[in-house]
Amino acid sequence: MLKTRLIPVLLLKNGVLVRSRLFSFHQLTGDPLGQVERFTSWKADELIYLNITRDGGYDSMATMSVIGSATSHKDVLSSKVNNFADVIRCVSEKCMIPLTAGGGIRTLDDIQMLLKNGADKVSINTKALDDSDFIKKASQRFGSQCIVVSVDVKFNVDSGKKEVYAHFGKESTSRDPIEWCFEVARRGAGEILLNSIDRDGTGEGYDLELLRKVSECVNIPVIALGGVGTFEHLMEGIKIGKASAVAAANIFHFTELSVINAKKYMKSVGIDVRI
Amino acid sequence: MSPQVCIIDYGIGNVGSVKNALQFLGVSTVISSDKKMIQEATHLILPGVGSFGDGMRNLKERNLVDILKEEVIVNKKKILGICLGMQLFASHGFEHGEFEGLDFISGKIIQIDITQSKLRLPHIGWNNVTVVDDKVITKSFEQEPIFYFVHSFHFIPEERSVVAGICTYGHDIVALVESGNIFGTQFHPEKSHVDGLHVLKNFINA
Repeated sequence: MLKTRLIPVLLLKNGVLVRSRLFSFHQLTGDPLGQVERFTSWKADELIYLNITRDGGYDSMATMSVIGSATSHKDVLSSKVNNFADVIRCVSEKCMIPLTAGGGIRTLDDIQMLLKNGADKVSINTKALDDSDFIKKASQRFGSQCIVVSVDVKFNVDSGKKEVYAHFGKESTSRDPIEWCFEVARRGAGEILLNSIDRDGTGEGYDLELLRKVSECVNIPVIALGGVGTFEHLMEGIKIGKASAVAAANIFHFTELSVINAKKYMKSVGIDVRI
Repeated sequence: MSPQVCIIDYGIGNVGSVKNALQFLGVSTVISSDKKMIQEATHLILPGVGSFGDGMRNLKERNLVDILKEEVIVNKKKILGICLGMQLFASHGFEHGEFEGLDFISGKIIQIDITQSKLRLPHIGWNNVTVVDDKVITKSFEQEPIFYFVHSFHFIPEERSVVAGICTYGHDIVALVESGNIFGTQFHPEKSHVDGLHVLKNFINA
């Protein structure tokens, strides 16, 4: 039987890991390389690294101050981790599980660069919204199995509806999330990473209504993200939201053995997971 | 002689992660499409993701078909096909048309049938595999292994005796094949953590 996947998401801003709340507040959590071996040994099923650097520049001083203080990576030169592709390359050398990289992808060459540096899949968001043909081009060239389309959803107060947002949650596209996900699948995406901006970092649980609607309307795997505060939320994502896989960020950052304990809980409530 | 692995570079898929996994095991590895490198290697790996037709076209464009046939069929060099790489070992592939394969193992590649199961395609994720005991590629597993799969097509070999492992996704799917010096995995051992590394070790020690 196919196992239900549990996927930690790591957010990189200016080369360091951060936690996020409502897509707006970012708190430093550590060095981007130190986590990978821990997550792998805890039997995380995949890892997703999202680059949320928005000013274009990497703060190598900040990068160094974090990496320099992490005992396990004193040997890593700042020049090695000065851009996202370098981080992915260093991570992939230790990552014996599937690795997805995303954030700021605008061209097929951007994808090629990340895959060449060891990513197994890439996650596309804003570019897909600007040019939905890009999904098709990317999946034809690299195979749909490595094209994940990330969909950020937020309640728009003005329209009174949930809408798809672009540019890291800054701009509404006025698109209906269900229709957009259907379109994404039709154009050849391999998976959908469905994220709720309203729930991001709140610990209130997934947007189960949205998740279920999307899962029922597409025939590709849907990965739930945004809002996990307890292990019960993971169970709800699968059993109520009908997601194929559950992802979370913050809950894994500050708890020892978090992935192992999350999986033990999932197994105890009848979800088939890899332990 | 210590093993020297050549990962066949034919412009398809992420060969880097296969190399990472072998380096993790401390095995000397090159990525190449060069005839001499392929001849000098003790073990060959044919990786790959993508479609059957593209895979064969890329092998032909790089003049790799005859070299592979000579090394694998005539010289009996050990080869491991991963995912599409294994599928190319079949006689024929039926993905977006009909294509001739390398014909190392008689059989065909067809799409996973989801009409009964209503499951999603591709088959993505970790699935447990029932292994056949008397094979080299699957030896010494203490418990039923779990591997990472990403595919929509699967291998139907003519001879059941080549099957070394099976998983279930709506119906039975051949997860591992073994025929003399020829080995194949439908899953990605390089992305299957400890169980995947175990398969790679079995191949290297074969």
